[in-house]
Amino acid sequence: MVSTDTQTRRRGRGERSPLASAGLHLTLLIATVVAVFPPLWLVVTSFKPTTDAFDTSLVKNFTFGNYSHVLADTRFLAWLGNSLLVVGLTTVIGVFISATTGYAVSRFRFPGLRPLMWMLLITQMFPVAVLIVPLYNLLASLGLLNQPVGLVITYLTIAVPFCAWMMKGYFDGIPAEIDEAGRVDGLTPFGTFWRLIMPLAKPGLAVTAFYSFITGWAEVAYASAFMTGEENLTLSGGLQTFVNQYTADWGSLTAAAVLIAAPAALVFGFVQRHLVSGLTAGATKS
Amino acid sequence: MAVETGQSVAKAAGAPSARGHGRRTDNTPGGTGRPGTQPGRLRRALSTHWYAWSMVAPVVTVIGVIIGYPLLRGVYLSLTDANEANVERTIGVNHIPATYEFVGLDNYRAILTDNVFWDRLGWTVVWTVTCVALSFSLGLVLANMLNRKIKGRGFYRMALILPWAVPAFVSVFTWKLLFNERSGLFNQLLAGGGIDGISWLNDPTWAKVSVIAVNIWLGVPFMLVAMLGGLQSIPGELYEAAEMDGASAWQRFRHITLPGLRPVASTVILLSAIWTFNMFPVIFLLTRGGPGDATEILVTYAYRLSFVVSPRDFAGSAAWGVLILALLSLFAVVYRRALKKQGDMW
Repeated sequence: MVSTDTQTRRRGRGERSPLASAGLHLTLLIATVVAVFPPLWLVVTSFKPTTDAFDTSLVKNFTFGNYSHVLADTRFLAWLGNSLLVVGLTTVIGVFISATTGYAVSRFRFPGLRPLMWMLLITQMFPVAVLIVPLYNLLASLGLLNQPVGLVITYLTIAVPFCAWMMKGYFDGIPAEIDEAGRVDGLTPFGTFWRLIMPLAKPGLAVTAFYSFITGWAEVAYASAFMTGEENLTLSGGLQTFVNQYTADWGSLTAAAVLIAAPAALVFGFVQRHLVSGLTAGATKS
Repeated sequence: MAVETGQSVAKAAGAPSARGHGRRTDNTPGGTGRPGTQPGRLRRALSTHWYAWSMVAPVVTVIGVIIGYPLLRGVYLSLTDANEANVERTIGVNHIPATYEFVGLDNYRAILTDNVFWDRLGWTVVWTVTCVALSFSLGLVLANMLNRKIKGRGFYRMALILPWAVPAFVSVFTWKLLFNERSGLFNQLLAGGGIDGISWLNDPTWAKVSVIAVNIWLGVPFMLVAMLGGLQSIPGELYEAAEMDGASAWQRFRHITLPGLRPVASTVILLSAIWTFNMFPVIFLLTRGGPGDATEILVTYAYRLSFVVSPRDFAGSAAWGVLILALLSLFAVVYRRALKKQGDMW
């Protein structure tokens, strides 16, 4: 009797009048158009000849010319290489050293834990403006301006606090009983971490790595300030050379933009489900 | 009657998180110290905590060396009169030593008594509050819509988070293409409707509207996904119980959904406020802070001081940076304290 009662009520809550349903779909459709249109327009424009970049028609004079121009006649591939090198190194180093910290912060109560947590949070909100001048001077005195290594060091300042924060969230989600089982079976704390917890945290590691990759991939301020000379630029700096106060090569810009965005968006599609849970877990579960 | 129900339901929503909080408080793996002997406090702490400390050592080192040192150096620079012309530099084979001097708090005095700082701060606050408030509300509304049984839910979800998947600087250039004054799509559409084109990026007011719009467009997907996760973590039984007690849809939203979203929402708002406050790429790439300095927020203005103006004003820029950091730290502490007062522990 009671169960049928709740069932009808539950259905009652899910029910909508056709009008409400239409309104819901209409709102979502409008939101979808707003969200999808700019990237879509970017793709459309990239297949138009540069002279037609502002043409409002969808497909007129369809061409791959922009892509072949960008790949063959500009330094796009060099920028891509620079970006891959810088961001790849940052991600590997950053995620590796952050994982141990995330684990320690998640599992152990030790003197210095709270200051460390605060430090990780506060360094995440460091404005570019505080560090950029001293880092610029530091890199200049070490001769690392215009060197990928210099940018790697710089990006570690962004990646490490963030990755440690994310990894803590993931380790929090792995039951502490697993650690205890490892300890009972005679593993050292490091052994527990390396042989039991790390394999379990692989999805978390992947997501964290991806997030720090994207952060570096899309970084503008440091890259614009520290890298000069066309062959040293990373993608975000290189893209700026197509359209500025002197030139407006929208065809090349859009083609390069699509080449930069497509792989990132694809991988994003696979990992996005885990992104926010990791981010907020650190704050809500501690 | 209904109000009473709402409150007890809200309490129930808080309960599971409280349990999760207590679960791993006494998790310290101790037992390495020998109980019979009486070693010094430091040695005992060392023997208990050495692996915890050694595991955090790399990160502490990194933060200390490549954040700590530049930070201290930045604070020091802000107390000097360093600029492009008097820092240590090498021109050709000649090495010129630094000649800048310690000037105490002069830079800060100059900045705080100058209207430029207060103007920029005012706009930065407007920018941050508008962006966070609007993208949070939009994200919350859309998340509530997507959380229902609705056809094409997966499609809507993928489409709505697309702006997050595209690297921000790419999106910003796309918007620049759309905003183009002479022949951008928006102005062509307006012309089609017989309306004069708008200088989206060259009129101080419209430029502000444009940068805010672009930033909201970039920020909504993050809010949406976060809120969706929050909504799905609220147990469905709470809604059923409330409904059996006769709570209306609005009461359910007010007394179950909102309290249930609190932990996620508070973190997300804090993070997003900090990110927006420091949002460099949108403004730098869209308007370069222009026209004039109408859209210049604190961070981009500090960047302009050290890398755009001539001679580059390193000391002034560093002082701006320190002030920005102080403001943000103050904000984070106050925000955290406000949450704690309402019983949201961290």
